[in-house]
Amino acid sequence: MNFKLKVWRQQDRQSPGKLIAYEARDISPNASFLEMLDVVNEQLTLRGESPIAFDSDCREGICGTCSLTVNGEAHGKDHPGAVCELYMRKFRDGETITIEPFRVGSFPIVKDLVVDRSALDRIVQAGGFISARAGSAPEANSILVPKHESDIAMEAAACIGCGACAAACPNASAMLFTSAKVSHLAHLPQGNPERESRVIKMVERMDAEGFGNCTNTYECEAVCPAEISASFIAKLNREYARAKFRRSVEE
Amino acid sequence: MIGNLDAKIPDGPLADKWTRHKDHSRLINPNNRRKFDIIIVGTGLAGGSAAATLGELGYRVKCFCYQDSPRRAHSIAAQGGINAAKNYQNDGDSVYRLFYDTIKGGDFRSREANVYRLAEVSVNIIDQCVAQGVPFAREYSGYLANRSFGGAQVSRTFYARGQTGQQLLLGCYSALCRQIAAGTVQMFPQTEMLDLVVLDGHAKGIVTRDLKTGKIDMYSGDAVVLATGGYGNVFYLSTNARGCNATAIHRAYKRGALFANPCFTQIHPTCIPQSGDYQSKLTLMSESLRNDGRVWVPKRKEDCAKAPNEIPESARDYYLERKYPSFGNLAPRDISSRAAKEVCDEGRGVGPGGRGVYLDFADAIKRLGQETIAERYGNLFEVYEKITGENAYEVPMRIYPAVHYTMGGLWVDYNLMSNVPGLFVIGEANFSDHGANRLGASALMQGLAVGYFVLPYTLPNYLAPQIGKRPETDHAAFKDAEREVRAKIDKLLLTSGDCSLDSIHRELGALLWDKCGMARNAAGLRETLGKIPALREKFWREVRVPGKGEDFNQSLERAGRVADFLEFAELMTTDALERDESCGAHFREEHQTPDGEALRNDDDFASVFAWEFQGNGQIEKPKLHREPLHFETVHLTQRSYK
Ligand SMILES: Cc1cc2nc3c(=O)[nH]c(=O)nc-3n(C[C@H](O)[C@H](O)[C@H](O)COP(=O)(O)OP(=O)(O)OC[C@H]3O[C@@H](n4cnc5c(N)ncnc54)[C@H](O)[C@@H]3O)c2cc1C
Ligand code: SF4
Ligand code: FES
Repeated sequence: MNFKLKVWRQQDRQSPGKLIAYEARDISPNASFLEMLDVVNEQLTLRGESPIAFDSDCREGICGTCSLTVNGEAHGKDHPGAVCELYMRKFRDGETITIEPFRVGSFPIVKDLVVDRSALDRIVQAGGFISARAGSAPEANSILVPKHESDIAMEAAACIGCGACAAACPNASAMLFTSAKVSHLAHLPQGNPERESRVIKMVERMDAEGFGNCTNTYECEAVCPAEISASFIAKLNREYARAKFRRSVEE
Repeated sequence: MIGNLDAKIPDGPLADKWTRHKDHSRLINPNNRRKFDIIIVGTGLAGGSAAATLGELGYRVKCFCYQDSPRRAHSIAAQGGINAAKNYQNDGDSVYRLFYDTIKGGDFRSREANVYRLAEVSVNIIDQCVAQGVPFAREYSGYLANRSFGGAQVSRTFYARGQTGQQLLLGCYSALCRQIAAGTVQMFPQTEMLDLVVLDGHAKGIVTRDLKTGKIDMYSGDAVVLATGGYGNVFYLSTNARGCNATAIHRAYKRGALFANPCFTQIHPTCIPQSGDYQSKLTLMSESLRNDGRVWVPKRKEDCAKAPNEIPESARDYYLERKYPSFGNLAPRDISSRAAKEVCDEGRGVGPGGRGVYLDFADAIKRLGQETIAERYGNLFEVYEKITGENAYEVPMRIYPAVHYTMGGLWVDYNLMSNVPGLFVIGEANFSDHGANRLGASALMQGLAVGYFVLPYTLPNYLAPQIGKRPETDHAAFKDAEREVRAKIDKLLLTSGDCSLDSIHRELGALLWDKCGMARNAAGLRETLGKIPALREKFWREVRVPGKGEDFNQSLERAGRVADFLEFAELMTTDALERDESCGAHFREEHQTPDGEALRNDDDFASVFAWEFQGNGQIEKPKLHREPLHFETVHLTQRSYK
């Protein structure tokens, strides 16, 4: 298959960027989208041009490293799935494909298609954990968790931390990401003692990082490779309101 | 020079060794802990859990990884599960049995004491993970669920859907985040370790490159812990993430750390077969699928081109069930992989190039219903469909073995310290627990065991007398290492031939896969040893590495890793040639039983092969040191899964 590519090139955070046209020739329909870019890069390199910078690692949809906007959609059109799980057989031969980075103010561009998503790490650092000292844990089966609750926790915990939700959101909100972590821990009895402080600190950090607010457009859910449900955002809002209320009562 | 290799295994009965060792290990008081800087390279299960735990204890930790976030370490990709001897199923499991299965699974090429300790602390891991909020699968009663996994007859594997590694790593990452927030751990993502600094014989620092800016930096520490994962990508195609590399451990090897059993590479039986040259990695289909899937190929070559549903039951060869009646489809990985290669070599393989076998769920779907199968493996079936375009509920999956895990790694003693004092090596990066073959669900166990429960006890034994000995980074040893790192980068950037990096790496991989893969023989290994230097020369002569050093330059990153693989491949092949026996994943065609199983030679080879780097600059044959393995508790037997 052959494709016409328009790829965002930008030397670094400060420099201006622009879309540049490239050709991708003789691509197997069984190649993944990133493998198609590998082929293009190999040719660019041998021609003495600079290859396109893009991020990836596991190439099987679990590490959350890859982060491309393909024809305007975060991770491309084969939802649910990360862009490393997008295969060329999903495109038409000869199609023009526009490739851009995740565009979120809180994710500054490092180079070309690579962005800095450390803001997401800082949200977790603010409180996305259970403080369980190694060595102090009780026997595992002494904490019973109803299967139903544990399944919901697992659904939320499946987030791969890619940031596509923020990239797809018209307000560049990271609510889906944050709600997934908050919900995961709020559905487990182990998460209870820190439940209030966790949600308050994470939401404060999210705001401080400059992410926008949620206005219920659900674009996040549509692109999420881990199928995190937008209902977790409602859960986050409830958790936040509950925590604020409790705090005010205590004060 | 290196004298006798002392594994420092504590005295006493096997079951008491670890407790006694802990009781007699040194302690460092809380006020002094913050006087120690610990460098940890790697944030997978091993490095992440170690960094979090040591930070929590009050050490000052500097932690490094090459990904943009510690949460993306390759451990995230593990699917199937983690073993622990909880015996929640009341099916006869025990610490001893997990120990025995691991020793036997490793074909009697691992240390009894290390493996016993691993089995012993396995139970604490599950407690710790549950406390952290890892959402393991549960039964309706609310109790934890288990499943069985390759190489075991009991159900001792804990899992979180098909994303166990992800959930364990996120648990560990959250603990790490807590310490980062507390200021005990300083995190350096996107920072690659390029050299180890050894000063007066002790590991005291590292040289790194900031992958975002290209800046070279030096860090000094009181001890250095490498948790940099496996080197399976030396084969180019493997189930590992693209960035997995041998660089950190290879550089440490060149600085004097012994490399143990480099030829022990696990080839996983259940991966999606390769479909073309452009392919950048192979995808694992979790081994847990073998619990319900049945492996077969047509009995006759002529049937291979037919659609699988057209091949009647009587014309199918369920070769694992036939050859290994008691383990059947759950036979260990090395055995299952070789059996697949064998039937494909006979011309009975299916799919492109005849390199595939069927993994069929039809019976399980009939027995349990599609819903149950979907609940157990739904995401794996989806992955399979994405990659191949086929629906495995309707047509059997096609699978083929692929490079998956490396049992070899830097040599370490019982304390997990290498022969270079102050250099600790944990997780897949060391050689310690899996012998010549690793059982499913035991790498995750090893990673967390070490970080949460072993290193915190063994590290102080080295550290206690080291107080106040941390050098400054302006010391000559740092400057020398820095100069070498810069020189290598400059040399890589000077190349401007017309060969691409991937093409050379692919060539290396194909060579190793063919001659140093599932089956090896002396002639093939010698031939490979002749070819690798030529390929290395070609690399330095003809490869093209674009861009500059002080920049975000992914080509340069990869070039450095490929250059190291090209050296390391020779070590691996040398080891495979020197080990003139078959054991576990190392199958030397010259040594097999009449029915084609690996034939060990315990008289000559019941030892660890630990290689010492010789010479600087050019590659000379490394020097072999042997650590004899003493089996006091188990009887060495011919492994049988029949
Ligand atoms: C697809 C797949 C599925 C698996 N499934 C299972 C399973 O179900 N059960 C099981 O027990 N095992 C499984 N394994 C094996 C297991 O996942 C790994 O052995 C284990 O996770 C390795 O953990 P680790 O901490 O040693 O290293 P990794 O998780 O690989 O982490 C390595 C770390 O080192 C860093 N690093 C590497 N080199 C450098 C450098 N030069 N400079 C700086 N940082 C560096 C990386 O950034 C990363 O943080 C699986 C493996 C694969 C590939
Ligand atoms: S919620 Fe979904 S889209 Fe957002 S970071 Fe997590 S996995 Fe990515
Ligand atoms: S590269 Fe890991 S999710 Fe895409």
